[in-house]
Amino acid sequence: MTKNVVVIGGGASGIEASRRLRDLGYSPVLVEKEDHLGGHLASWNRLFPQMIPAKDILKSLTSDMKGIEVFLNTEVISINRLKDSYVVKFSNGLSAQVKAILITTGFTLFPAQKKQEYGYGIYDRVITNADLEAWFNGNKDKRVTDPQVIGFVHCVGSRDEKAGNRQCSKVCCATAVKQAIEIKEKFPDAVVYCFYMDLRMFGRGYEDMYLKAQKDYGIRFLRGRVSEVSEDINGRLVVKADDTLLGKPVKISMDLLVLMSGMIAPESNMELSKMLKVLPGEDGFFSPANAISNPTLSNRDGVFFAGAATGPKTMPETLSEGRAAALEIDSYLKRVGD
Amino acid sequence: MVNFGYGLTPSSAVKIIEGEDKLYRKLCEMEPDVKKCMACGSCAASCTAGDFTEMNLRKLILSLQRGYYQQALPMVKNCMLCGKCNIVCPRGINTRHLIMSIQKIYNL
Ligand SMILES: Cc1cc2nc3c(=O)[nH]c(=O)nc-3n(C[C@H](O)[C@H](O)[C@H](O)COP(=O)(O)OP(=O)(O)OC[C@H]3O[C@@H](n4cnc5c(N)ncnc54)[C@H](O)[C@@H]3O)c2cc1C
Ligand code: SF4
Repeated sequence: MTKNVVVIGGGASGIEASRRLRDLGYSPVLVEKEDHLGGHLASWNRLFPQMIPAKDILKSLTSDMKGIEVFLNTEVISINRLKDSYVVKFSNGLSAQVKAILITTGFTLFPAQKKQEYGYGIYDRVITNADLEAWFNGNKDKRVTDPQVIGFVHCVGSRDEKAGNRQCSKVCCATAVKQAIEIKEKFPDAVVYCFYMDLRMFGRGYEDMYLKAQKDYGIRFLRGRVSEVSEDINGRLVVKADDTLLGKPVKISMDLLVLMSGMIAPESNMELSKMLKVLPGEDGFFSPANAISNPTLSNRDGVFFAGAATGPKTMPETLSEGRAAALEIDSYLKRVGD
Repeated sequence: MVNFGYGLTPSSAVKIIEGEDKLYRKLCEMEPDVKKCMACGSCAASCTAGDFTEMNLRKLILSLQRGYYQQALPMVKNCMLCGKCNIVCPRGINTRHLIMSIQKIYNL
C-alpha cells in the first residue's frame, strides 16, 4: 500500500490528478462523498467561453479510470500521522497508509435563499444559475415558462460582507453572460438584463463573449446591484436597482430572475483542516503556503491542494492544477522515498 | 468688441484638485467606512426618498470624494434616516450614521 496517494474530492481536479498519478505509477485512492464523480462539472451544460458541452469533458475525464480505486458515498473520518506517513480512515470501513494526501474538495454554491430579499424559494419565478444549467440539461422547470423579460443578478452571496463572503467568485460574470446568450437563443423575443457591479471578463475569449452578447443578442447591461425583489398582483417580479450610470433608481417587471450564486468553501473543510492541521483562510478555502510560487503546496509535508479547494477557479485552471499537483506529489515522494 | 455671433461657454467638466478637500478628509477620519463604498447603488435602489427626490447616497458619496459637494449636498435634506440603506449595504457601511456625520461636517 505504500505507493498509494489519497485524493479527497472526486470533481474535475481530483479526477485529473488521480489519472496523472496513475500514469506516473501510483495507485491513487479517490474519495468522493456523493454517489457520482465529476463534482460541479457533472451539473453544468455548456462551458464558457467556447461553449463546449460539459458532458464531453466529463466523459473524456472518466473514460479511463483503470488503476484508480474510487470510493463513492465515502468520507474521511480520521487522519493520523505515523512517522512520515498518514493513516486515513474512511466511512466505508477501509483505511489507507500513505505519504501524500491531495485535497480537491472544490466549492459549494452559496445557498441563494439566504439572500431573502431576492425571494429564492419564496417567489415562483426566481431561480439560480445551477437551476438554469439543469434546465439547459433538459430538466423540466415550471418557473421557466415563456418569459418576456429576464434578469440576471450578479454577485449573489459574493462580494457581500453581510452574507459572510467578501470574495469575488470569479466565474459568475462569465457564466451570467453565457447564460444570457443561451436563454436569448431559447426565447429570441425576450428582453434580457444583466445587473452587474463590475464585469469581470478576465479570460481569453471572455471579452468577445461580452461583445457578442451586446452586439448579436442585444443583452442589456445595467450597472447596479439589485437591492430587492417583490411580486406584483399578477405574480410578475418587480426588481429594484439603482442604475448607477444613469444615476436613477429603476424598477423593472420581470418574468424570470436568475441569481448568480457564488462559490463558497464547503463546510466540511473545517473538519478536514482540523484532521490535517492545515489552516483554511478567513474565507474557508484552503491556503497554500505560497500562493504565487506553488499553489499546490500546503504548509504541511505530504499535504497538497488542487482546484477550487483553494478558491474560485475556472475549469481549465482546475484541471491544470490537478496535473501540477500530481507532478508535485511525484517529486515529493521521490524525495522522501515512497 | 466685435460680435462674431458666438461666445465661450464655461466648461462643465468637474475640476478635481487632489488634496484640496479638507472636509472630505475630515469625513474619512470620522467615518473611515466611507472609503469602502464600491458604488453598487444598493442604497439608492432601496431608498424610500429616492423615488420622489434627488436623494441618492451613492451619488452623494462619489460627489464628496470628488470635492464636488455644493451641487450634491442639498439632496441630504430629503433623507428621512429610515435606515433601509443600512440594511442592504454589501460592504457593511453604517450608512445612517454616515449621513448624520455628513450633516455635521458640512453644516447642514
Ligand atoms: C454556475 C457555475 C458555472 C460554471 N461554468 C463554468 C464554465 O462554463 N467554464 C469554466 O471554465 N468553469 C466554470 N465553472 C467553474 C467550475 O465549475 C470549477 O472550476 C470546477 O467545478 C472546480 O472543480 P473542483 O474539482 O476543484 O471542485 P468541484 O467541482 O466542487 O468538486 C469537488 C468534489 O469534491 C467532493 N467533496 C467535497 N468535500 C468532500 C469531502 N470532505 N469528502 C469527500 N468528497 C468531498 C464534492 O462532492 C465534489 O464532487 C462554473 C462554476 C459555477 C459556479
Ligand atoms: S465574478 Fe462577477 S458576478 Fe461573480 S462575484 Fe465576481 S463580480 Fe460578482
